[in-house]
Amino acid sequence: MYSELGIGLIMGFGMIGPGIGLGLLVGKGLEAIGRNPEATGKIQTNMILGMAFTEAIAIYALVVALILKFV
Amino acid sequence: MAANLHISISAETLTSFGSLNFSNSLLTSSIVTVLMVSFFVLVRMSMGKQKNGLLHPLQNLSEFIIEGFYGMVQGVTGDHKKTRFFMPFFTSFFLFILFNNWFGLLPGVGTIGFKEKVEGTEHAVLLQQEISVPVAEVQASEKIDEAAVETVEANEVEETANEAVETTEEKSVFVPYLRAGTADINTTLALGLFSQIMAQVIGIKYLGLSYFKKFFNFKDPIMGFVGILELVSEFSKVLSYTFRLFGNIFAGEVLLIVMSALIPLVVPMPFYGLEIFVGVIQALVFSLLSIVFFNIATIGHDEH
Repeated sequence: MYSELGIGLIMGFGMIGPGIGLGLLVGKGLEAIGRNPEATGKIQTNMILGMAFTEAIAIYALVVALILKFV
Repeated sequence: MAANLHISISAETLTSFGSLNFSNSLLTSSIVTVLMVSFFVLVRMSMGKQKNGLLHPLQNLSEFIIEGFYGMVQGVTGDHKKTRFFMPFFTSFFLFILFNNWFGLLPGVGTIGFKEKVEGTEHAVLLQQEISVPVAEVQASEKIDEAAVETVEANEVEETANEAVETTEEKSVFVPYLRAGTADINTTLALGLFSQIMAQVIGIKYLGLSYFKKFFNFKDPIMGFVGILELVSEFSKVLSYTFRLFGNIFAGEVLLIVMSALIPLVVPMPFYGLEIFVGVIQALVFSLLSIVFFNIATIGHDEH
């Protein structure tokens, strides 16, 4: 029963950081595109790469939650 | 199984050849590989042929795909020679992961299977029991009926003592025939290891033995410490690749299963759209990251 609580806490707290990070990333990326629309392709590629790294942090939390649930 | 969610974090074994287990995710990725190879053999055979005075449509399609990928890799490397060398890796990573991700969304994948008795390992059986969560209390009575029917069947099949029947009835495991290849951690680990080892090989190819200066630098203590950090980060990249792809695809599958169990009509549809999108993005991220790390490996440590 305690592990279920842990899973909820992991997913709740673990998503705060990556959520803020993704918001900042996409916000800044869109700002940059708005300021310099010719560089859209380059900005998009780098933004998606950065998003993948940020998302990886959320995925680590998810993996811990999955391990608690299934292993 | 109607009242229970079937979620398994590890791929189930279909058959085993000696000590080699042939899992359902391996079957799916083999199917994807065969389909991809046959498609490209068809493309190769249609090359140069004309249809109504125009290029063959297959050649047209593959040229469109290859041109798009070439532009993407060129954007990262900025060097046509490198791009021509990295292109095959990018293309095969992207297409293999993309089709594996999408294969898991086809109807029948993960739902059509057979029930295996006891044969599975102790661990898998325990896992299965723990995971089978009743969706609704209402269906509990139905479940008991099913269990009773199953016990009767087990009685017919096995004419042993009542205790034995009970244990076999308890230990039946549902094994689907197909499971998305990338929803198995072994597949993603293999892909991650391949990508990371290839980055080292490319580094040695471009820089020779001076590539290792990045890791082992005895000139001054600070650079030595940085080298140790670089060495650790090379290994952590493998883990990062593995868990990113596996986590995304497996979480998507769990999401779809839970949504379909809660409200089976209409509601899961937008999530299918989301999963198709996530499949593309994850394939793109994996292959693009590989190319970026390949490119970093070709640049000497002093240059950047």
